[in-house]
Amino acid sequence: MKILMLGWELPPHHTGGMGVVCYQMCKELAQSGADIEFILPYTAEFPNIDFMTVNPALPEGVTEVIGSMAGSTYDSQYFTYVDNKGNSRGVQMHEHQSAYTQYVAKLARLNEYDVIHAHDWLTFRAALAAKQLTAKPLFVHVHATEFDRSGGSYGNPLVREIEHMGLLLADKIFAISQATKDTIVREYNIDPAKIEIVHNAMELEESELHEDTSVNTFTYLQIMQSRGYKVILSAGRLTIQKGLIHLLEAFAKVVEKRPKTILLIVGSGEQYAELIEHSAALGLSGNVIFTGRINGTGKTWRDAFRVANLFVMPSVSEPFGLTPFEALLQHTPALISKQSGASELLRNVLKLDYWDIEEMSNQILAVCNNSDLEITLAEEGSAELANITWKRSVQKMMHHYQLHAHKQKVLHV
Amino acid sequence: MSDKRAIVLYLHVHQPYRVRHYTALDVGHRHDYFDAPEGGRENNADIVRKVAYKSYLPTNEHLQRMLETHPDFKLSLSITGTVLEQFERYAPEVLASFQRLVATGRVEIVAETYHHSLAFFYNRDEFEQQVVMHREKLQQLFGVTPTAFRNTELSYNNDLAYWADKAGYTAILCEGWDAVMGWRSPNFVYQPAFTSNIRALTKNYKLSDDIAFRFSNRSWEEYPLTTDKFLDWANASWDQPLLNLFMDYETFGEHQWADSGIFGFLEHLPKAWLANNSHTFMTVSQAAESFPAVDTLDCPQTITWADTERDLTAWLGNRMQQGAISSLYGLTDMVMSTNNLSLIEDWRRLQTSDHFYYMCTKYFNDGDVHAYFSPYQTPYDAYINFMNSYHDLKYRLAEAGQPV
Repeated sequence: MKILMLGWELPPHHTGGMGVVCYQMCKELAQSGADIEFILPYTAEFPNIDFMTVNPALPEGVTEVIGSMAGSTYDSQYFTYVDNKGNSRGVQMHEHQSAYTQYVAKLARLNEYDVIHAHDWLTFRAALAAKQLTAKPLFVHVHATEFDRSGGSYGNPLVREIEHMGLLLADKIFAISQATKDTIVREYNIDPAKIEIVHNAMELEESELHEDTSVNTFTYLQIMQSRGYKVILSAGRLTIQKGLIHLLEAFAKVVEKRPKTILLIVGSGEQYAELIEHSAALGLSGNVIFTGRINGTGKTWRDAFRVANLFVMPSVSEPFGLTPFEALLQHTPALISKQSGASELLRNVLKLDYWDIEEMSNQILAVCNNSDLEITLAEEGSAELANITWKRSVQKMMHHYQLHAHKQKVLHV
Repeated sequence: MSDKRAIVLYLHVHQPYRVRHYTALDVGHRHDYFDAPEGGRENNADIVRKVAYKSYLPTNEHLQRMLETHPDFKLSLSITGTVLEQFERYAPEVLASFQRLVATGRVEIVAETYHHSLAFFYNRDEFEQQVVMHREKLQQLFGVTPTAFRNTELSYNNDLAYWADKAGYTAILCEGWDAVMGWRSPNFVYQPAFTSNIRALTKNYKLSDDIAFRFSNRSWEEYPLTTDKFLDWANASWDQPLLNLFMDYETFGEHQWADSGIFGFLEHLPKAWLANNSHTFMTVSQAAESFPAVDTLDCPQTITWADTERDLTAWLGNRMQQGAISSLYGLTDMVMSTNNLSLIEDWRRLQTSDHFYYMCTKYFNDGDVHAYFSPYQTPYDAYINFMNSYHDLKYRLAEAGQPV
């Protein structure tokens, strides 16, 4: 099974969960015998990846594309082209998206693939071009829709248009959760029979983390814990979609009842300044710690999950949400919003509606004040992870690849 | 000694005071742990009325008719203090229908703890007080004094039998679990080890659970269960004196719904059984004195009638359950020394075993039978509500000048 896989990022050069998902998925696919050529929009070294070919989409005459992984949303990314004389110039995301499409089209003409597999709208144009040229089955993988990214409104019409085309013309759609499938059906009017749910999993091993630190980053927090403090962690991009204002409001009530509580906020994003100001306004300056951006596959990131007594993901909208899986992997209990895809899957976590500030403070206090609850949630939750594997999801994907590749052969004999 | 073979039908009636959604922000401000708002899943009045309509009223109607039709029909009931109180408050017509049954003189009531608690395993004084409370409640409402004993969830061990013997009971109930019975049949009377007068009746769990758990299960190979088929199985042990059918009362109409035909089965059972005139029915105390003990029952470990393990792990299996219950009993001396009756009563209501059952994580991943009985979405919700109530109890103790 030869797969032309179109993605936008891979760890350690990535900004969000999608890169981590693509990495683990491809690793498991390769184990199941898939031969993957993964096309990225930028040039980078991937010492951890020997199970597939990773190629940057280089425009004519360009020898290197440097991506900005500023930890912001995808729309505001920019790229730097370097030519063989060492001259460089910056380009906007949309210009580079066209170059990516041309590169993929060229590749599809030159090589033979069994299927094309594209991740989210940024790669959909390239995927459609490749399908048009080769008539190979197209699988589009939906990690998030524009509907989700815009917090449940229409969003950018151009992006909606591209998404719609990709969803319509795909032979099969992989959605990462039931909630995402429902969104695709409701917002994009797609036949539900064409959509398969392929849940994510979290199986990164210690050896796959890169060494961005040689020390334990959070010794300060450990000292505080030994003095009776509890540490609550939030990690991810600081955007409205993540619901962190609600968390701050709830945390203010927590601190009122239990002053020895610390909220560690890991990540960066457009809400950074707003969140700092808001926590100051709530009188929480002494209890909230902002770390800024930390790479999601590094040891510092892992240390944050490891030191915490509770991980909180209060997302307003979260098509999946990989972070609670990372918490459970580190034996840290998780509290997640019912509005996340992860809540479809995880049972041994605390769940609530993101807007229910009172319940959020209640549940945070319950974990802080009852170590039996913290330990039971951690034990049962991490035991549950053992049954949520990439193997299960990849078997499903391989089945559909084979079905469509076979159908395509029959049609063209 | 009786020359007739007897069915001993024993039904257990119970409802807890479920804890409402009670948050950390409520602690110290309100103490109404058991008063969920109307329409809430934990609203006790709603639940008691719902179960009254589905189970208590129709079942008692059938039982009353069966007692009137068949002079040899008898049964035994245990009714907890917490459910009796709730009948008085929310469904007095149910209480009246139980009183009519007992008034026939052929319905025995079995003793237990008032609050359906596991106090026996944590605090013997508290346990004995709850048994006394229950006895007084039975005297007040039914005018009877019980002679047989059952402990919460049919939990049983040598210590309990010893205690019940010393307390003067003549019969005690337990699960006829293979690990204790060995090769022996549950269809005989046994003498608990280290006792003098008391006799043990052991539940025939195969035949009891055919009715209580499997009756309406369409994927069960024996479905549908008819009285003919059931009595065929019962008659396979024709040379053994007893058939101990012990189950939750709510089997009828609540666990097995009316449309499963469970009421028809119940009503037809005495008719079919008594058609053979070497058959009869007995209450538990009557059965204990009608047949000699065939052997000694030695049970050093604690057994119950729950789950495939038949132990206490459904209530005390995980850290949340263990922590919650030992925290609660840790307050005993302070609670008692307040002499504050409403505080003591709230503390006792929190002892009801159901609260710990709701916190069970065993099988939670399979979405099993435990979930059916819980008003909470997860064991963690159950724990959080419970512990917040516990913290509020401590707040009240502190207010009362106790050194919490």
